[in-house]
Amino acid sequence: MKVLIIAEHDNQTIKPITHHIMTAATQLSQTIDLLIIGDQCKKAAENACLLPHVQQVLLADHQVYAHQLAENCAALVAEIGKQYDYILTGATTFGKNLLPRAAALLDVEMISDVIRIQSADTFVRPIYAGNVMATVQSTDKIKMLTIRGTAFPAVKTLPAPAAQLVVLSQIIENTLSRFENQQLTVSARPELTNARIIISGGRGLKSAENFKLLEAIADLLNAAIGASRAAVDAGFAPNDYQVGQTGKVVAPDLYIAVGISGAIQHLAGMKDSKIIVAINNDPDAPIFEVADYGLVGDLFKILPELQAALGGE
Amino acid sequence: MKILVAVKRVADYKASIRIKSDGSGVETANIKMSMNPFDEIAMEEAVRWKEKKGVSEIIAVSIGADACQETLRTALAMGADRGILIKTDQTVHPLATAKILAKIAQQESVQLVMLGKQAIDTDNNQAGQMLAGLLNWPQGTFASKLDFHDNGVSVTREIDGGLETLFLQLPAVITTDLRLNEPRYLSLPNIVQAKRKPLDVIPLETLNIDIASRVYTLKVMAPEKRRAGKRLESAAELVNALKHEAQVI
Repeated sequence: MKVLIIAEHDNQTIKPITHHIMTAATQLSQTIDLLIIGDQCKKAAENACLLPHVQQVLLADHQVYAHQLAENCAALVAEIGKQYDYILTGATTFGKNLLPRAAALLDVEMISDVIRIQSADTFVRPIYAGNVMATVQSTDKIKMLTIRGTAFPAVKTLPAPAAQLVVLSQIIENTLSRFENQQLTVSARPELTNARIIISGGRGLKSAENFKLLEAIADLLNAAIGASRAAVDAGFAPNDYQVGQTGKVVAPDLYIAVGISGAIQHLAGMKDSKIIVAINNDPDAPIFEVADYGLVGDLFKILPELQAALGGE
Repeated sequence: MKILVAVKRVADYKASIRIKSDGSGVETANIKMSMNPFDEIAMEEAVRWKEKKGVSEIIAVSIGADACQETLRTALAMGADRGILIKTDQTVHPLATAKILAKIAQQESVQLVMLGKQAIDTDNNQAGQMLAGLLNWPQGTFASKLDFHDNGVSVTREIDGGLETLFLQLPAVITTDLRLNEPRYLSLPNIVQAKRKPLDVIPLETLNIDIASRVYTLKVMAPEKRRAGKRLESAAELVNALKHEAQVI
């Protein structure tokens, strides 16, 4: 049994999601290869050689793969992947964009958002916004899975490279689409999906101006800032802050929900957090049903108190 | 430009989901069904572009049982010109959906297929990408903004960490995300008018597509429930608990 992982990287480093997928991969097989696709990404491939359990790091480094667009990258994944028994990506926007296209090229029914590997062909995944857990069995010759990073612990990198770096020669042109531009949210804070602590705001914060109240506390805790869909829809926070079934799925050590009622689709995105704190003025808000610690009251009074208690001004 | 919009009939997002007592699936009898909200956004976007001219026809397509005609009528009331129901009582997984849509897209010679990024029942987020792969068309997934040009379309996509804009040559497949637009409410005259618009029912068997699935749902169950914890009185008490009891800060 052979596993191919499509790595996520920024040309230099391997993103944390790939460290989580590694753990899922080891539950399937001990023969694991990693595919790095990009342009001028040799550094990322060298870093990938530091991941434990990886036998070969396959490097497709060419300008045709810049920005990792699905049209030719999926064709490459299908071409390389057909010799494998499993092909894995993260259940991220990168993986979700790429893997289904590759699966169609291989005539495979892929399985999204895997949270548990039960056996070689049986997997558990959430459906209905996390209201239901489905156990599914695949009889496809190749199993193609997107893995939820929050469901598997991350592996630690090795002090010295153990994997073998193999440079691929396949060059597949993309004449269908081209990259125009990117606007990434710039923040000095940790990334949402990777943060140890997250403080999230909901509609209870009432305005984009008030949303900034979370920043001082986030700074004191070195936390990432998240938002409920209601807060995003109301324009209080940018969409990439969104935690929930249709946003990001997170599982930090500490999740502080401020003015979030706890709609099921939000809970689906954070209920695997280790410790959940809810601050809300409605004592019957569903968020309290999943919270380890609850504070009922006016958040505009509680937030400054919390800031002071944490040693802030 | 001819646009095909795929609309799926799903349990309404407000409906409470019950698992069948034998764990074989989700109870869908006697619950409110609606158009998948992400597909509704795709439908709305197609209609808006038609209102701005440049779109000759919008065809709404749905795959499923007879009841999907209701979903198609909603699409027609929103502004689709005609509807196609690919009729089947079987469960159709994303790869089969993509194969069916590819056939319809080719038969109808459309330049664009639009559909939601995922359906809120099975949450797969696969069909659009698979369709694009089968047709060898470019794909603009998780779209939050579209801009049509003479030879293609600029698609701004919601990606982890921000936004990305791609230029796609037509024909193309676009999957829609929440922020693309806010779908309109249906007006009574439009609902009445929709009843007179053409709606073809095509039995799936006549398309000659093998939809047999290789993925089996063994069982479904409710997620593990978290237990509610303590109610605290003050922020100071909270910080104390987080430091000394939970030891997370």
